[in-house]
Parts: sequence; C-alpha cells; structure tokens
Amino acid sequence: MSDKHIRVLVAKPGLDGHDRGAKVVARALRDAGMEVIYTGLRQTPEMVVQSAVQEDVDVIGLSIHSGAHNYILERVIELLKEQEAEDIVLVVGGIIPDRDVERLRALGVDAIFPPGTMTSEIIDFIRKQTSHVAA
Amino acid sequence: MADDPVVTEPGVEKERRASSSADNNGKARWLRQSYEPATAHCSERDVPFITASSRPVEPLYTREDLADRGLSYDRDIGYPGEYPYTRGIHPTGYRGKLWTMRQFAGFGSPEDSNRRFRRLLESGQTGLSVAFHHPTLVGRDSDDPIARGEVGKQGVAIDSLADMEALFDEIPLDQVTTSMTINHPACVLLAMYVAAGAKKGIERKVLAGTIQNDVLKEFIAQKTFVFPPRPTMRIMGDVIEWCTAELPLWNWVSVSGYHIREAGSTAAQELAFTLRDGMEYIQVGLDRGLDIDDFAPRLSFFFNAHNDLFEEVAKYRAARKIWARHMRERYGAKSPRSWWMRFHTQTAGCTLLDRQPRNNVMRVTLQALAAVLGGTQSLHTNALDETIALPTEENAIIALRTQQVIAHESGVTNTVDPLGGSYFIEALTADLENEAEEIFAKIDELGGMVAAIDDGYPQREIQESAYRYQKEIEAQQRIIVGQNALTEDGAQPIDYLYIDDSVEAAQVERLTALRRRRDAGEVQRALDGVRAAAGGDDNLMPRILEAVHAYATVGEICGAMRDVFGEYHEQPIF
Repeated sequence: MSDKHIRVLVAKPGLDGHDRGAKVVARALRDAGMEVIYTGLRQTPEMVVQSAVQEDVDVIGLSIHSGAHNYILERVIELLKEQEAEDIVLVVGGIIPDRDVERLRALGVDAIFPPGTMTSEIIDFIRKQTSHVAA
Repeated sequence: MADDPVVTEPGVEKERRASSSADNNGKARWLRQSYEPATAHCSERDVPFITASSRPVEPLYTREDLADRGLSYDRDIGYPGEYPYTRGIHPTGYRGKLWTMRQFAGFGSPEDSNRRFRRLLESGQTGLSVAFHHPTLVGRDSDDPIARGEVGKQGVAIDSLADMEALFDEIPLDQVTTSMTINHPACVLLAMYVAAGAKKGIERKVLAGTIQNDVLKEFIAQKTFVFPPRPTMRIMGDVIEWCTAELPLWNWVSVSGYHIREAGSTAAQELAFTLRDGMEYIQVGLDRGLDIDDFAPRLSFFFNAHNDLFEEVAKYRAARKIWARHMRERYGAKSPRSWWMRFHTQTAGCTLLDRQPRNNVMRVTLQALAAVLGGTQSLHTNALDETIALPTEENAIIALRTQQVIAHESGVTNTVDPLGGSYFIEALTADLENEAEEIFAKIDELGGMVAAIDDGYPQREIQESAYRYQKEIEAQQRIIVGQNALTEDGAQPIDYLYIDDSVEAAQVERLTALRRRRDAGEVQRALDGVRAAAGGDDNLMPRILEAVHAYATVGEICGAMRDVFGEYHEQPIF
C-alpha cells in the first residue's frame, strides 16, 4: 500500500453561498484520510480546472446549487479535455434536476450526489474510482 | 392553583414551597420511585433524547425546573402585549389579526414572476415576498460574464427600474406590503421599488414592506456578499437615516437567523448571532445621532422554523424576551414599539428531502405550527419540491393552503401563547436565553460582531454544528424518515419547475435594448454622483435614486460603489 493520499479539490462554483454541503463533505473526506483542498465560493470553471491541474488532484468535487450546473459542468469538462486532465474523477453534489442528470453523466460527470446523500457513500465511491491511489 | 408553573407569583410561591417540602423534592422522588423502576422493567429506546440542536432533554419537566432557573412569572413570562413580551407582542395574539401569509416567490423574467404574484394574491395571500436571482443578489447584471447560467434560475432577474416596473405591473403598491430578500445591494433595490411606486403615482410615505438588508449575516452564513464589512455598515447607516426620514412604514432591515440556521447552526446560535447583529445595527443608528425610538421600531427579524417543535417555540419566545430587555436596559429605548421583537418565519429548507418528497408537506406543517405557536407576525411555508427546484404553481398553492389549514382548522389561534406555562417550554425558553447571553459575552469579548466576523468565530461555530448534525444522521443517532431509515426503493418523481436557458437570452437582449435606449450621459452623471457620495460623507440614497431613475443597472450602481468600497473575498476555511 502506497502512502500517497487521495487528493481531492472541493470547489463551489456559482454565485450562491450554499457552502454547507461542500464544507461538510470536505471535512468528511479529510477525516477519511484524504488530502482536501477547498477553494471557497464563486469559482469559475476556469479557476476550478486551473486549481485542479496545479494541485495535481485525483478528484474534483463540485457543489452546485445555483441552477447553473449545465453551463458550469460542460465548461469544466471542456477545459479538462484541453488540459489533457480527463483522468481526474469528477463528482458533483447539490441540486441537479433529474432531467439533466443523464446528459451530464454522458458528458463525463462520474457521479451526481443529491441532497441527503451520506458522506460515507461519497467516500466509498471516491475510493473505488481511485483504487490506484491508496487512501 | 397549586400546580401553577409560576413560581413567584404572589401566593403561589408559598404554596409551591409547601408542596415541594411535602413531597420531598417531587421530581427526584418521581424519578427514583417511578421512572427508574419503569425503565428497569422496560428500558428506554436506544436513541439519544436530544433536540434538533443536540440539546439533551429530560424525561419530565416540573415546576421545580422553573424554580431551579430562578424564573419569576411577572419578571420573565408575564402577559401578552406587556414587557418582556415573552408571551407575545400583541395582547390579542391571533384573535385580533392572523399572521401575514407571505410566500417567497420569484423566478425567470419579471413577467413570469408578476404572473405568480398575481396568482398568489388571488389565492388569498396577504403580502408579497420577492426572490431575486443570484446575479442581482451579488450586485451584477444579467449580461455579466459571471452571471452565465444563473439568470432567472433561483429568483427573478432584475437589472433595472424597467424590470422592477414589469415585476409590479398592475399590483397596487399602496395596498400590498412587499418584502424583498436582498442584502448588500439592498440600497439599490429599495430605490428601485420607491421609483416603481413613484411611476404609478404612489407617494413613498405610504409604501409598506421590508428590505432584508442584513449585511452582517452575509459574512456569517448567506454568503451573497458584495462589499467588505465596514463599508456595508456605512451603507447601513445611510439606509437607516434615509428610511427613518422618508419611508415611515418601511422596515429597513429584517435581521435574519434563517440563513444562519440553514448553514447548520443550532437554535441557540441562530438566536444569538441574529439578535447580536440586530444590536449592531441599533448601534449604527445611534452613532448617526438618531433617537432610538425613531428608528428601532422599524427593525424586524426573520427566523427559521426547524424540525424540533418545542425548541423552536422556545426560541421565538426567548428572542422576544431578550430583545425587549436589551432594548430597554442596554440601549435605553422608551417606546414599547422599540422593545417589540417582530418577526417573519420560513420553514427550514434544509430539512426537506428529495426522497419521498411528498413527506415534505408533513415536515412543513409541523414547522409552520411551531412558528404559529411561537407567535410569528408573518410566515412562508416551503413547497414540497423546494429541495429540487423552485416550486411549481400547484406546490406553491399547497404550501399556502398548509398555513390556511393551521389558521382556520387547528384551533391553535383561539388563545394567546397556548404553550406558555408548560414546564418544558418555559425551561427551554430560559435555557436558550442563557445560552444566547453566553454567546453575546463571547462576541463582546471579541470586540463586537464585525470583529467576531473578522475572527471567523460565528462561521466556525456554525460549521462545527453542521458537521455534528451530519455525523448524528450518519450514525443513526438521529432518524430522518426516508433518508437514513424507512427508505423506499426506486425514484418517486414529481413534477417540478424547470427554468431553461431561454430566460437568460431574453433577459440579456432586453438589457442590451435598455442600454441603447436610455440617455447615456445622464446615466454617467448619476453614476459619478453615486461614486462621489460613496467616497464622501453624503447619504448615498438620494444619489442611488437618481441613478435608478436614469435606468442605471444594479451592476452599474454596485460597480460605482465597488470602485470606492472594494469587494469582499472570503478566506475559505473548512
């Protein structure tokens, strides 16, 4: 087992201030032994991808409640492709209407966690997706 | 009556002592002789007996719990409409007038929201409450690059006076009261409302309503901040002065615990941080040389109604008592209207689930009942679909009907403060008050609320409580029906409102047309006026009003202030 930790960027795009979920998840991931970088609020897709590449993370976790998920996620995925960083696992939490979920999954979002998700479920998912990196 | 909870009411106190000595400390005896043997026979359920704020709850409360807390009926509980107003600010409770049923609404274009407002008014709603979209909340226009994807999504897109006029088209602003949830740009949206009234020929002195304008809570919880803390307090001073002089029926602030609670605080933290923010605003008015009794009566509050029925009722009662006491004793207010803690309530959005979503109606009902038993002045009940989207018209009407059922069918409005005198409620009220006082002392020690925000104290406390709550759910110490227990397989889809991106394109187009149509020179001069007032000591409001009348936009006016005041960036911590 390597001593390298799973590195996760937790970011909060959008103009809203609903950061309770992002912070609770960030803390749960850290308590589970992952290295967590939390960017804070009002992150643009450009800022998210730049931080992810700079910090060499394994996972990006985005918390979106503003209704801007379609624009934000399409742009993040596009920028990850440009940066040849598509291997980064992309997970999303927050309020994403059903009718957008399937399309976003097809575009390259690895998981979408709705309100009420247990943090243990998120931790398990990230561990499985990053099994090449020991937690 | 020997069982009266009131321990020092003349005559009763003597009787209490007599009965207390006669039964040799009744509660301890009962625990020993009845409760413990019963639990030995059939043990307590294996769950922590705690409130929604993780406060331990005892198996029974008796008059001894009131005596232990040193409660006096006359001093601490009293009568409705009389100091310290623990039992309500009005002697008649809801026998005179029901609370205002005020559903928060706003989505899409100004015309979309105007239609919803008119539908709600036709359905018996008695006041309006405007939800603005996020670009407006953070002082940006719909065509600003950072607004991409957000236009009209979580509220109505309002960029200029033209949008405000469309929003209130055919609504008689001299006959409804309007609440607007807007904070750092509140000065701009208030000016737009006044200007929209003026265009209809309505004098500003008859306009009645509320602007949230709770600038400090933005740093603590809601996080739709624009300016740094100190400039926001200067703007606050200008708004207080201007409203006191010009808008006698307008509540210049709605000090909000709602967002603090949604961010994860406990009931006591919600109570303490909110009331302490209110005191900070009182100080701003006093520092401007205003007479407290001229402006304090137009300060209002806004609280959350979370799941724990009794804790919430106690919270509202404690808030009234604390506010009255501080206003009279600490700030020397003479008018009872300054002592009144008047409040709006909204049921807790954070408690709603997207699983088995129809169960949310029951959650909302219980939360709304707490608000009513707590004596709220106005109420928003969430729709069952609000954890997924903004409400559909059908769900918005069910939410309104929930209030109407409580008001007309439940019987709880027949008497004032029906839970007053309950041993449990009075003990909880006292405990919440004491906990709030401890938090005030901590904030005073840090040098007031602005200094406490710089320190990150309220932010950290809220985060700790939010994380603890989540851990309790994950450990099943707290059962949430449909989330960590009693779950059902398979999705249970409901219809919900979907705002598509055509709203954004249309709003951007409309804004572009406005920018072409208006007098660019007049806009520029007006914005220079705002900038000059921001840089000097003149009140900002008259300059903002001129800019609004020139059809300068929210983004432009806030931009002129940003030039002088700078922009707030939060230090991210978790």
